[in-house]
Amino acid sequence: MLKNKIPKPESKIAMAHMYVAFIALLVGGLMGLLQTFVRSGEFTLPFGIGYYQILTVHGVVLGLVLTTFFIIGFQYALMSKSVGMSKGHRKWAWIGYIVTLAGTIMAATMILLGEANVLYTFYAPLQAHPLYYIGLALFVVGTWIACFINFNQLYQWKKQDPGEKSPLMAFMVVINMLIWFISTLGVASTVLFQFIPWSLGMVDEINVLVSRTLFWYFGHPLVYFWLLPAYMAWYTIIPKIIGGKIFSDGLARLAFLLFLLFSIPVGFHHQLTEPGIDPFWKYIQVILTFMVAIPSLLTAFSMFASFEMAGRAKGHKGLFKWFKGLPWKDVRFLAPFIGMVAFIPGGAGGLINASNQLNGVIHNTIWVTGHFHLTVATTVMLTFFGLSYWLIPHLKGRTLTPKLNKLGLIQTWVWTIGMSIMSGSMHIQGLLGAPRRSAFSTYGGSEQAQEWVGYQIAQAVGGSILFIGIILMVYIFFKLSFGTPKGDQEFPVAEYADVNERTPMVFENWKLWIGIAAVLILFAYTIPFIDIIQNSPPGSPGFQFPIGRG
Amino acid sequence: MSKQSALKQSSAHDVHEVEDIETHEEPNLKGTFAAVMFIGVFIVVSWIGVYALYMYR
Amino acid sequence: MHVHKYEKIWLTFGIGSLLVFLIVLGWGAFYQGTQPPSCLVTLNPQNVQAHNSFKEENLGVQQVGENEYVVNVLASAFNYDLGKDEEGAPVKKIRIPAGANVTFQATTSDVVHGFHLSGTNVNMMLEPGYISDYETTLDNPGEYTLVCNEYCGVGHHMMSAIVEVYE
Ligand SMILES: [Cu+2]
Repeated sequence: MLKNKIPKPESKIAMAHMYVAFIALLVGGLMGLLQTFVRSGEFTLPFGIGYYQILTVHGVVLGLVLTTFFIIGFQYALMSKSVGMSKGHRKWAWIGYIVTLAGTIMAATMILLGEANVLYTFYAPLQAHPLYYIGLALFVVGTWIACFINFNQLYQWKKQDPGEKSPLMAFMVVINMLIWFISTLGVASTVLFQFIPWSLGMVDEINVLVSRTLFWYFGHPLVYFWLLPAYMAWYTIIPKIIGGKIFSDGLARLAFLLFLLFSIPVGFHHQLTEPGIDPFWKYIQVILTFMVAIPSLLTAFSMFASFEMAGRAKGHKGLFKWFKGLPWKDVRFLAPFIGMVAFIPGGAGGLINASNQLNGVIHNTIWVTGHFHLTVATTVMLTFFGLSYWLIPHLKGRTLTPKLNKLGLIQTWVWTIGMSIMSGSMHIQGLLGAPRRSAFSTYGGSEQAQEWVGYQIAQAVGGSILFIGIILMVYIFFKLSFGTPKGDQEFPVAEYADVNERTPMVFENWKLWIGIAAVLILFAYTIPFIDIIQNSPPGSPGFQFPIGRG
Repeated sequence: MSKQSALKQSSAHDVHEVEDIETHEEPNLKGTFAAVMFIGVFIVVSWIGVYALYMYR
Repeated sequence: MHVHKYEKIWLTFGIGSLLVFLIVLGWGAFYQGTQPPSCLVTLNPQNVQAHNSFKEENLGVQQVGENEYVVNVLASAFNYDLGKDEEGAPVKKIRIPAGANVTFQATTSDVVHGFHLSGTNVNMMLEPGYISDYETTLDNPGEYTLVCNEYCGVGHHMMSAIVEVYE
């Protein structure tokens, strides 16, 4: 049933996404480096470039462009491998790609022109150029096309094999795209119905809290949209690389279903310190946020179990001896493994962030920046890098050479060291109260600000090491795309440890799960959202001068 | 379609289930248990740490 | 679907811990009144001075009881208005006795701002049209920096003030 190789026309689609992703990595990474330099207090940007302009580029290009393009490309590859892709799918995939890219270019142009120094969260009533918002809308619409292609791919497969449970990879991709589609409805509505008419001058005022609530309805599931492809790799690919098996098909599917249910109705945990929202409903969403930790608890067990069983099958005994049996010299394993380890402090930090009143300790401090540089920039990124080492050569009909494998191991350790320094100092500085998203400042000569400088210098050191990691990775990417010998690089797909395992068929009942997800969203949002609208203050006009427009 | 397939699937699996119960032996996962419990303790300790900071402030 | 016995123990421990966290948080929030700042009072963001707390003369520290203070702050890009001193210069530093009951009340006259008294739990968002408030006692003497921790524009990092807590 599984094709050995992804056919050429399908490879091309996936690769087109990868090129954008890695160019974004280089551009966004450079911006990150410059930010850490500026904030160390030892460097000023040349040519009148603004700190908040590069911060906007960094956030948009890495948080939206790199992640989304990599994920969509990778998911197409998984779908080709597990359920296939028709000619029609391919045509639409190219259309979706072009629309997404066009939106990206439109938004990027506005940022470069200095017309959109609003960061990737674009909080009203800061008002960017309308083309920035239109670009974002196009971007989202382009990704919706990818959603419906993936849905249809599985649907077509099911039509041919009714009664078969869907392949695990395809099941996971569809869940992730469902999360993306349902959550982007929020950001799309605020952009289409609030920001675009308002920035075009068709309406004078904007309802700020409504726009923020719609944004965060999207903003948290967004991080799961980043994370789930990493989980896909951990569940379905890594076991094969370590010479093991998938611990449990049923538990893997259960984890993904729980993400579908609980990753969306939780946006208030980003708005815990905001006025205008009833604290009762904040707490309800805190409870739901804690529920979304459960699938990660399941995943931690499944991962270790699959490692331990592989080690024991190779004859390693004792409590931890199996650990040694893991392929530490194989970058396809090492990079994602360190990604998994980073998710331990990442997940712990996430629970703290979502802890209702505890959020006040860290809200909008640089702790938060440190947090998501562990989760998305380490857990997710190192897993994506780990995938690239075999996926890129597989798609390009090339091979991963031992030399590049070694360079990859170095890249992984460079990343680990750089990130430990940078994220570690961000966490500590955040607990001391230093804000995120800020250029260098002495804060009127305050004593506290003087204490912070040491950590800011540490961040510049960590950031520089990370940038070396980025250069290495981009080099490896181009080498894998164009420079390594032709050949067949394996697409690793793991098998099940227990072939007789009985996965409950209710897991395939999409209507049921989407229905429950909808009920949870309506439960968590209906009453507070009506409250927000009914108790709204007068709206806000657009402000352009704070971001240097007009 | 989904109902139909659910029926088919479950009948195909009835045979397996009997086998499942009789031959299933739990793999040795002591190391896994130790590892996840370490994670659990790490999470609890970090949370209490920030909670203490919150209470102190 | 078979669940390993160790996994059952792990999930019990994990979910149990989450429950304990939630109970501690919920108990604090609903019985001890440590809810996150969620003030529901609204005003017209284009005419904040219409509200008594944000009239020019009421900005800054106000003693309202024997050991009770209110601090009214009006934020705008890129400044915290804490009123004027005797010479008519803008106040950039305020003093509050340790252990006093203090309520911070703030709003914004333009875009979204942050309001974080670094090193304390006073951390809230200021949004146009809403008053944000936080009642607390600052027990540990020292100098604290009030920083804007939500991006508000090109001068965002210049937006700060100092709060001294004295014995
Ligand atoms: Cu500000």
